[in-house]
Amino acid sequence: MTRKPKGKKIVIDPVTRIEGHLKTEVEVSKGKVINAHCSDVLFRGFELILEGRDPRDASQITQRICGVCPTSHGTASVLCLDDAFSVKPTSNGRILRNLILGADHVWDHILHFYHLVALDYVKGPDAPPFIPRYSGPKIYKLPPEINEFGVKGYLEALNIRRMGHEMTAILGGRAPHVHGLVVGGVTEAPTVDGIAGYLWRLKKIEKFYDTTYLPTIYAVAKYYPELFKVGVGCKNFLSYGVYPLNDEYTKFLFKPGVYTKGKDRKLDLDKITEDVKHSWYDDKTTGLNPKEGKTVPKIDKKRAYSFAKAPRYDGLPHEVGPLARMWIENPVISKHANKFLGVPPDKDVRFRDLGEKAFSVLGRIVARAEEGWIEVQAMKDWIMEIKPGQPVYVKASVPEEAIGCGITEAPRGSVGHWMKVKGKKISHYQVIAPTSWNVSPRDDAGTPGPIEQALIGTPVEDVKNPVNVLRVIRSFDP
Amino acid sequence: MALTRREFLKICGGGVAGISLSQMFIPEVVEALEKAAAGKPPVLWIQGASCSGCSVSLLNTTHPTIAEVLLKIIDLRFHPTIMAADGEMAIDALEKTASKNKGKYVLVVEGAIPTEEGGRYCMVGEKRGKEFSMLDWTTDLGKDAMAVLAFGSCAAFGGIQAAKPNPTGAVGVKKLFDMKGIKTPVINVPGCPSHPDWMVGTIAHILLYGIPKLDYLNRPEVFFGKSLHDHCPYRSFYDDEVFCKEFPDKEGCRYTLGCKGPETCCDVWKRRWNGGVNWCVQNAICIGCVEPGFWDEFAPLYESI
Repeated sequence: MTRKPKGKKIVIDPVTRIEGHLKTEVEVSKGKVINAHCSDVLFRGFELILEGRDPRDASQITQRICGVCPTSHGTASVLCLDDAFSVKPTSNGRILRNLILGADHVWDHILHFYHLVALDYVKGPDAPPFIPRYSGPKIYKLPPEINEFGVKGYLEALNIRRMGHEMTAILGGRAPHVHGLVVGGVTEAPTVDGIAGYLWRLKKIEKFYDTTYLPTIYAVAKYYPELFKVGVGCKNFLSYGVYPLNDEYTKFLFKPGVYTKGKDRKLDLDKITEDVKHSWYDDKTTGLNPKEGKTVPKIDKKRAYSFAKAPRYDGLPHEVGPLARMWIENPVISKHANKFLGVPPDKDVRFRDLGEKAFSVLGRIVARAEEGWIEVQAMKDWIMEIKPGQPVYVKASVPEEAIGCGITEAPRGSVGHWMKVKGKKISHYQVIAPTSWNVSPRDDAGTPGPIEQALIGTPVEDVKNPVNVLRVIRSFDP
Repeated sequence: MALTRREFLKICGGGVAGISLSQMFIPEVVEALEKAAAGKPPVLWIQGASCSGCSVSLLNTTHPTIAEVLLKIIDLRFHPTIMAADGEMAIDALEKTASKNKGKYVLVVEGAIPTEEGGRYCMVGEKRGKEFSMLDWTTDLGKDAMAVLAFGSCAAFGGIQAAKPNPTGAVGVKKLFDMKGIKTPVINVPGCPSHPDWMVGTIAHILLYGIPKLDYLNRPEVFFGKSLHDHCPYRSFYDDEVFCKEFPDKEGCRYTLGCKGPETCCDVWKRRWNGGVNWCVQNAICIGCVEPGFWDEFAPLYESI
């Protein structure tokens, strides 16, 4: 990629503490980012590998797209297979899938804040891999006792996160890369011991959210008030909806929806397209809906700078993830938020009460912790809804010819799988991963993706320590 | 050091009475490791075509805890998912460690190495305008390492991206080294993901006693030396020809559901996963994820071989 920079160019490669490989280039002028390019620099070719295989294998293969959120890909994939195989899981199947996915969400939110994000605010131990780190007078601003609380939280979070994985494994066999998600439901009915073990761990996690995670993020927020204005982004949001609450799949814990140019709208999957003019794929495949999408790599293409395609909804970039889900659902949030916003505890605070503050680095971090808190509460109820002795699985056979679509939400955002089956084999498979939405390069019209837009205006006082750039990027959990 | 190699291997293999299998490391081992760690070799952990699942799996280690591993046992100078630094600051840490410790550092590779198009399908960093691929780093850092630990089936055998039609020419470390004539020893610790005990156990063996005894696929025998099928708790069902008809049916052998246990060598039948709460065959089937034929030779996963 060759472009003439308008400001001082900073290349950050690798962007660490994320899943995958990301390079980011920003141009800085008068202490602010004026231009940004995000490059996904890994191509593995999942869509090409899936072609010709037994459709049932997709739920295992696609989990390998992401080892942090395999369960979300597994969930999208089995929903896609249910659709193609025309099979409807039982109530137990639906509830157990919710509990498998929910466990992954609640630990991943913890991992994201403590192990990926926190080191941009909290000074870690003075040993590798916590050094070298950024340096500058205004970078680590927490008072010593709060910094110490953050470091302790980092270590405690390692153990708590592990428990979340154990919950996934109690129902799903192991984690990461669960065995329990299959077309037609799940593979195992939980035992009484399993349910008790799951609930015991969930309560530990609940306590950690209440006494450590939520208080820490609001404490950090207090010392970085300027980050409620940094990393605004495109202000368009999309959510496929997640955790079906009835067997008709019409009610969700977080509803599907779109928020475009300040208006709430109904989700219509036909409005999704993927542009590739600035991606290393054949130009002939641009602008397609994933039902008909193609993956034809063209590594020497001029103008291209990313292996991510540019997904668009109704032609516009949309942010996905906890902020999008929370904005669209607008639920009541925790009492920690009341305290932070100075609202009396007997009054309900809804997420949109954060107002413009929500569209920011800290808005995303708050959305994530608050979402996890809601998930934990809901999961406690779902466990009690399991019907002992009732089936968890419905047998289905591979269709001769079919099409399918499966959509759900990974912790970091919307994940969709689209497939076609011909002669009992996969003839077409397209995945739009959450990161494709957020890390997307420019589309054919030249409009930058959500992270690229969010980076514009980010203050960079010292080009050798561009920590604010990383704070913006990591708030999306790319 | 009080602990002999024989005792250590017994602990790893779960053969010591009174030590639960999920608690692979007794306090004596942690202590011995901390002592050995005084002059510990630095560890550089690089990621190629991977999902980071093996790093996430490593975080699940219970004894020692991941905090003990990171702060007391290994001197981890570079790990993209964990380290504080980004960009050139991170690459500097990597380059300095490698040049000051030629022949003395341990290189951990997670993920496969795409070889087509000069390695451009997986770029890992840039310094002063020069871009590096996973192919560059594995070759250059691999040459001067004391040993390479290939963690997970992608680094060991190529993994999912090497499955047909292998669009990026992805290979595992050993295959790359054979292509390039690099002689550095490669220890394969496969699995999709690899088990935390296998990864930490192999690092511990290297720190305490050097390279462990390996099987014909360069895997530590202590973890991968025995057939899963021969030791499976459901084996008697197989011998009696009692087979499960559906996944939730647990009174039978899973062979007819597609279980690849008969083709697989690892010890999850006793080690189990995630603190011992469950394991693959109990929940569904073995998909053969520690074997080189994983994905292509074992497909379709839900049909018997």
